Amino acid sequence: MEHQTVQNALDGLDRASVAIGDARASIVQLHEPVATAVHAATGVDPFVFHFAIFVLAIFVGYYVVWSVTPALHTPLMSVTNAISSVIVVGALLAVGISASGLATTFGFVGLVLASVNIFGGFLVTQRMLAMYRKKEK
Amino acid sequence: MSETLAAFLYLVSGVLFILALRGLSHPTTSRQGNVFGMVGMAVAILTTLFLARPSFGGLVLIVLGIAIGGGTGAVIARRIAMTAMPQLVAAFHSLVGLAAVMVAAAALYAPEALGIGTVGAIHGEALVEMSIGVAIGAITFTGSIIAFLKLDGRMSGKPILLPQRHLINIALAVVLVLCIVGFATSESHGLFWLIILLSLALGGLLIVPIGGADMPVVVSMLNSYSGWAAAGIGFTLQNLALIITGALVGSSGAILSYIMCRGMNRSFISVILGGFGGDAGPAGQEDLGDRTVKQGSAEDAAYLMKNAAKVIIVPGYGMAVAQAQHALREMADQLKQAGVEVKYAIHPVAGRMPGHMNVLLAEANVPYDEVFELEDINSEFAQADVAFVIGANDVTNPAARDDKSSPIYGMPILNVDQAATCLFVKRSLGSGYAGIDNTLFYKPNTMMLFADAKKMVEEINKAMAD
Repeated sequence: MEHQTVQNALDGLDRASVAIGDARASIVQLHEPVATAVHAATGVDPFVFHFAIFVLAIFVGYYVVWSVTPALHTPLMSVTNAISSVIVVGALLAVGISASGLATTFGFVGLVLASVNIFGGFLVTQRMLAMYRKKEK
Repeated sequence: MSETLAAFLYLVSGVLFILALRGLSHPTTSRQGNVFGMVGMAVAILTTLFLARPSFGGLVLIVLGIAIGGGTGAVIARRIAMTAMPQLVAAFHSLVGLAAVMVAAAALYAPEALGIGTVGAIHGEALVEMSIGVAIGAITFTGSIIAFLKLDGRMSGKPILLPQRHLINIALAVVLVLCIVGFATSESHGLFWLIILLSLALGGLLIVPIGGADMPVVVSMLNSYSGWAAAGIGFTLQNLALIITGALVGSSGAILSYIMCRGMNRSFISVILGGFGGDAGPAGQEDLGDRTVKQGSAEDAAYLMKNAAKVIIVPGYGMAVAQAQHALREMADQLKQAGVEVKYAIHPVAGRMPGHMNVLLAEANVPYDEVFELEDINSEFAQADVAFVIGANDVTNPAARDDKSSPIYGMPILNVDQAATCLFVKRSLGSGYAGIDNTLFYKPNTMMLFADAKKMVEEINKAMAD
């Protein structure tokens, strides 16, 4: 089991390094004109930093989720559901400051949907976790 | 608020989300973890509001949206039955998917507001990320709706197999990729909506052929998809909280799918290709032959268990359907009072989603330190006097361990046949999800208790009290 996990992790590492290589190659072709300004300042496209954070977060997620006890896998799903609704930040920007009526409408719908998930997800997780009790001694 | 400070706060919010998942490593730290998650969300929302400084009208709309959505969510969270958690989670996934589509659409029509350029001149990179996010979001949306309908019983759990479905799906995927390439180079609004339409169709078609038995994998997989969709939008908006969260949720769902597949000994690919498992095993397959089945009564079961030193209870989804968990806990309490050691054994796919059975037992006030996972308890069956199987079937079938020709050969099972006596509560001799006869029924140390799970446990309780 442990051995398999380590093996899985190693495989994951290999794949990630290949993916980083690919991504690097594609970045070079993709958008020289856009990032010229940033390039001039730092020499590296900001996408690389975001992508690095993304890749590292996948690894953090991998190890953190394997350490979640199987008894709490259902709360894990409901809480990941709730946190993925942080997509609400995009909706907030669209509703708050966009000049286009269409964009505001889409943003508003997105805001309502994400809010259902945020409140529903965290509260139902809390309700479930409150039920887990230890043996009375 | 400066952009730098905002980026820093988004990072803080991402770290709080990591701590929220970290807390779930043990029930005692889990509640604190959930609080970290809520704080992280509050940080992300407040940061965005301070950064954007919306007009008064915009602020009113935001408060209104959060009130409508938040109120609905809170009511659902309070009312939902624990047996309905798989449906609820599937429904929530669909909302994340649709929200991702909506945010991407808003970004397309008002790129200035989200800092990604102007209409007609959005960065090529942002367009690629946006279209990938929107495609995964739309697939998640329709896929989760189908999963919801199947789990909720509003749609048959039987796999629906379209002719040439693999060809159709591949063709759709190819056209989808072409559209994404076209959209990234042209920023055409028409292509954007075409991507959404194609992805919506693809999401439905991908999940429709998957049978009810494989739903735990599907729910986990859609969880993963919703994460990747969020990450795609996160790259578009260059938002750290969203990128980190997307990666966390994406890997979490992928790991859960892997665990579920392993629990059923099915490969991920074969689940995706679909066609396995229906609503219930084909009835009338009760080919008894000359094999004999030992049948017992509630009194026999009560006598056996009260005089045992160690009883292991094996609950399955059937127990939840019969709503027998509370009666079962009363039975366990009576046994414990009589000095019997009671433990619960949970198979990874005992419920309709990962960890579902643990929640159902927790709801019935079963302490979590009496509940054990397959790997931790399987060696103990040999020392147990009684294994009490209620509402489970395929996960106890010795054929998965011994019979190489069995379709479920290789699936990890709970070794209930190694207990001195195995009590098996079941309505009839019908087969389980996999449609396979359980050889356990005909073993000499197995005693069948034919009845509805709840009624049987209540009768056992009465017999034990006498």
